[in-house]
Amino acid sequence: MASMTDIHSYLAEFEDIPGTRVFTAARARKGYWLNQFCMSLMKAENRARFKADERAYLDEWPMTEAQKQSILDRDYNRAIDEGGNVYFLSKVFFTDEISFLQAVGTMTGMSAEDYQAMMIAGGRSPDGNRSKKDNMPGEGR
Amino acid sequence: MARITAGVAASHVPALGAAIDNGKTHEPYWEACFAGFEWTRQWEKQEKPDVVILVYNDHASAFDMNIIPTFAIGCAERYKSADEGWGPRPVPDVIGHPDLAWHIAQSCILDEFDMTIINQMDVDHGLTVPLSLMFNQPAEWPVKVVPLAVNVVTYPPPSGNRCYALGEAIGRAVASFPEDLNVQIWGTGGMSHQLQGPRAGLINKPWDTAFLDDLTANPERLRHIPHIEYLRETGSEGIEMVMWLIMRGALGPRVKELHRHYHVPASNTAVGHLVLEPVS
Repeated sequence: MASMTDIHSYLAEFEDIPGTRVFTAARARKGYWLNQFCMSLMKAENRARFKADERAYLDEWPMTEAQKQSILDRDYNRAIDEGGNVYFLSKVFFTDEISFLQAVGTMTGMSAEDYQAMMIAGGRSPDGNRSKKDNMPGEGR
Repeated sequence: MARITAGVAASHVPALGAAIDNGKTHEPYWEACFAGFEWTRQWEKQEKPDVVILVYNDHASAFDMNIIPTFAIGCAERYKSADEGWGPRPVPDVIGHPDLAWHIAQSCILDEFDMTIINQMDVDHGLTVPLSLMFNQPAEWPVKVVPLAVNVVTYPPPSGNRCYALGEAIGRAVASFPEDLNVQIWGTGGMSHQLQGPRAGLINKPWDTAFLDDLTANPERLRHIPHIEYLRETGSEGIEMVMWLIMRGALGPRVKELHRHYHVPASNTAVGHLVLEPVS
């Protein structure tokens, strides 16, 4: 059998990945109500109420102001920083009737056209994107 | 007795389901992607499996932040297509096989795998897209399905080694089911993709190709890949590939690759597809 993995070093390694927020327990706890709000959008009547008055609908949830603002702004990097998870946030994408491709592209700083063109050309290379430490000059392994 | 006759791996990108549902599979963007599943559609018509054990992950559809089971087995009579935010996919209800599912659940628990048992849930694109890829758009699905949902969303997901060992336990459980059934096991999700943050869009064809190769050539290597390697090399959502190892573990020590397909992109994702046959 594999030996027990130390949870502290296991979690610490995640912070070394560039441009990525791993959905750890800490993020899941922080984002609990944000993600539960997203789940509510699986019901058509809730989607209609949210679309009619987004602010009022968000105010029904015990979310932080930063979480609510990230949704109002459709700033998905911010929403993930506030504990959101992309599969939960996808309920907002679909409520807005936009695709995963369009919504995910907004997190990259690229235009929708450039992001789609990058994907058709084979996607983003892992080279230079594996490790923050490895990307620091003179600090490579 | 029941027997596992084949393993199938396939990505379960929601856009694949939308392309099928909206009649877009022959559009230039999608044509090459779907062409790689034609072989398998014909093969499935000949194989006529009775049951598919379908390993997938729920994407915040049946399970929200309140209940996060690591391994959950569906023991219900039937499952409806989930409304993920744009209305349920227009696909037939998924018909379960409660006798086999409960047999696997009981056997695995006695075999020291602590399964969560699900008697009521809706199934999302993770389960219905692979059915559409293999069977297209029938009025009724031609197989019964035992859903096996794996947590790969909230960390930590199970290790690859644990997934492989669960597959082995499922293989033993199926072999002791008294009814004569032709059973396939499907592992779904992957391959490389990242759906969040500035690094979104990451694709790693060399890594994916080595993974596809070693499902046949060296599964021992795959079961010991740590989560951090999936994250660095295949993007934050590439971790779904641990589910392929449940499928692989259930097939026994040696397999033969019958069919392979790899295509970039479907939406944000590298699509991988394999058909494997156990070799006795």
